[in-house]
Amino acid sequence: MEFKSKDFTDKQRVLKIRRLKVGLTGRPAAQPVLNEIDLDIRAGETHCLVGESGSGKSVTSLATMGLLPKDALEVQGGLIDLEGFEITNATPNQMRELRARRIAMIFQEPMTALNPVLRVGEQIEEVLNMHTDLSQSEAKKRTLDIMEQVHLPDVERVYSAFPHQLSGGQRQRIMIAMALVLDPDLLIADEPTTALDVTTQLQILKLIAEMQERHGTAVLFITHDMGVVAEIADTVSVMQKGRIVERAPIRELLTNPQEDYTRKLLEAVPNLAPRPPRSEAAAEDVLTVDRLDKTYGGGGWFRKSEGVHAAQDVTFTIAAGRTLGIVGESGSGKSTVARCIMRLIDPTGGEVRVAGTEISQLSRRQLQPHRKHLQIVFQDPYRSLNPRWTVARSLCEGPINFGTSKDEAMTRAAELMELVDLPRDALDRYPHQFSGGQRQRIAIARAVAMQPDLLVADEAVSALDVSVQAQVLELLEDVQKRFGIAMLFITHDLRVAAQICDEVVVMQKGQVVEQGPAGAVLSDPRHPYTRSLIEAAPGRHWDFANFRALSGAPTAQGATA
Amino acid sequence: MTEIPTSRHSAFQVLTGLFSLPAGARIGAGPMIAAVVLVLIVLASILAPLYVPYDPLAMNAMARLRPPSDEFLLGTDPYGRDIFSRVMTGGRVSLLIGIGAAVVSVAVGLIIGLVAGFFRAADGIIMRIMDSLMAIPAILLAIALVALNGPSLGSVIIAITIPEVPRVVRLVRSVVLSAREEPYVEAAIALGSSMPKILIQHLMPNTLAPLIVQGTYICASAILIEAILSFLGAGVSTEIPTWGNIMAEGRSYFQLKPGLIFWPGLLLSLCILCINLLGDTARDLLDPRMKKREG
Repeated sequence: MEFKSKDFTDKQRVLKIRRLKVGLTGRPAAQPVLNEIDLDIRAGETHCLVGESGSGKSVTSLATMGLLPKDALEVQGGLIDLEGFEITNATPNQMRELRARRIAMIFQEPMTALNPVLRVGEQIEEVLNMHTDLSQSEAKKRTLDIMEQVHLPDVERVYSAFPHQLSGGQRQRIMIAMALVLDPDLLIADEPTTALDVTTQLQILKLIAEMQERHGTAVLFITHDMGVVAEIADTVSVMQKGRIVERAPIRELLTNPQEDYTRKLLEAVPNLAPRPPRSEAAAEDVLTVDRLDKTYGGGGWFRKSEGVHAAQDVTFTIAAGRTLGIVGESGSGKSTVARCIMRLIDPTGGEVRVAGTEISQLSRRQLQPHRKHLQIVFQDPYRSLNPRWTVARSLCEGPINFGTSKDEAMTRAAELMELVDLPRDALDRYPHQFSGGQRQRIAIARAVAMQPDLLVADEAVSALDVSVQAQVLELLEDVQKRFGIAMLFITHDLRVAAQICDEVVVMQKGQVVEQGPAGAVLSDPRHPYTRSLIEAAPGRHWDFANFRALSGAPTAQGATA
Repeated sequence: MTEIPTSRHSAFQVLTGLFSLPAGARIGAGPMIAAVVLVLIVLASILAPLYVPYDPLAMNAMARLRPPSDEFLLGTDPYGRDIFSRVMTGGRVSLLIGIGAAVVSVAVGLIIGLVAGFFRAADGIIMRIMDSLMAIPAILLAIALVALNGPSLGSVIIAITIPEVPRVVRLVRSVVLSAREEPYVEAAIALGSSMPKILIQHLMPNTLAPLIVQGTYICASAILIEAILSFLGAGVSTEIPTWGNIMAEGRSYFQLKPGLIFWPGLLLSLCILCINLLGDTARDLLDPRMKKREG
């Protein structure tokens, strides 16, 4: 894998942060949020800040922008210097001027950062009107020019579009255009591609690199994704609990990390090499999905309308003890399939057989006894447990519904806590007292309490930090082995799918484009869409866990990134 | 001046601690005074029969329109009845109507709202009925009911409740509609929980906080509507003194005896002000997003 290896020592220093300390407002004695941060970025350099959630990445960027929420956080020491100008002492007016001209920022969610009732072109133009003396026509010309530069199609039309009329990728391009129109010295990008699909992410990363090349901008790039880091970084700072624990050029960091924490972080990063195939014991099929179909809309009282096919003609089976992954980008219909199987929504056609019973046409009442055969774990660990219920009550809910006595359910709940590696006394606590990873363990315990034949994991590890992600994947496997559960694993992340799935189904726009054993699909993709997904997976040539390039690359042969 | 721990509390945590305020949450002086005043008025009204010096209904032709004195604390009305005794006793009925209307509206609205929010099939029909109920003005309905059944406590409470119920239904329905999309509710469906169980154990608790707030507003507006109705002569019969009908009777003697309007009016305004203030405070505590930005 090729890393960036340019030397920046002779370039001008754009941002200099020294011994920066940020703490809770008015409480200098409390544990600081940022502790003695040092950072240097030179013109043209991309500096990546990586770390798990809560490590202080975003606070660093907000401090640099002078945007710390005043009633919560304050700078308690150190200095931030932008080309000789000290940000820490700037007046609000100076900061406002600085933010537009010298530092710009792009965010994770372009939809919320853009004004929904103004045309996007006008929003870019407004930046020019506020900070330059350009005439109307010159400002418009400059706006169209920057929109060309970020490769928006048909700029005249996009100019007068509203944010909701554009795709997520296009909106992020608008944000980048807006950030760069005044040619700032420093661009801060806070997880700018996290909300995007992998193929769009790749395009946006390329765009940022191209714009940086053209304008010589220094970039502070914040991300949690090591793959993205490998693609774009010149230098990397690893943050943990408000400190920078390691800083190194990208190649050095990935091949020879010095700190234990960095090592741990890298070891947890999944790669695209599929797991070694498991022996296929002649197990029975637990789940059979046959020509499943879900159409939204359609029908209508007076006129037959087309409707939207959220899932069309989906067919697959999963045997006991095996894992099948459905991968695809947003809108591909992967979650629709999961929800149809769970009967959280009603399929419009096809069959779903779970443990021998066809359930797709059963009424709510008829379905009730079959519910215990299939369970689901959701993406968002903060919302999948009732916040008002103790863990014990959540764990007992299902078994009690199926006639288990309360005492028995409690005994079982205690055993389950052990199984998912949480202390027994956690039973009496409420969900908000746990971390995201712990909550996801509780959600898994709740599903397993039903002793299901099929476990559906709908993006179950997507909201978690990589190290926690690895642990939860391990737990899922452990549970699967122990109880011989069949697992349906829904994910947008091919790298995660490669780690856990025996078979893979690739979906696009509601249709299955490719399916087969994980090894075959990932190393020898047949469909162009699968190939483009694999090519877009960031850092796909690098084996992070072993600090070396990936051998026997499971990637599309002859593909260029 | 916001305390950090408070802002860190999620809305969920705040709701969890519905009756035990989260650490660091502070109640200002205003709401505290309001609570004290309200408690005093309520106690004074409930205990009125124990301490008022005269029977509020007993007329005394010898002592008509007396000025305030040691004998008659606030003077007497045109029939020689003691104003102080009447005003304090009158509070009982006014408050009873306020609380009664609030409790009935919230209870009925909660049940209908839960059903409308959870069952798609019922939703359309229920909400159209609610829309048409909302179009009925409380005062006209009350006048019609009183004309049919004669003036009574029940008629007044029903007349106030009917137009309030749709507002509660809308509120509950909107909370249920958003809560039912929560993964934990879907997980409960997957765990085989029955519909009533999901409604009562998972969804209903979400509605309690906004309902408490709504309840205070209904209570205040019911007291006011009762006063208006009595003033118009369509309220509770004049044999039972309420703040509204005391003022109504005092209308024609206003210049001679302003106290007949002033004292019940003062208690009425104080009561409503306090209830609304407490409602606002509850809303701020329960929904941090509504809180005014300080500093």
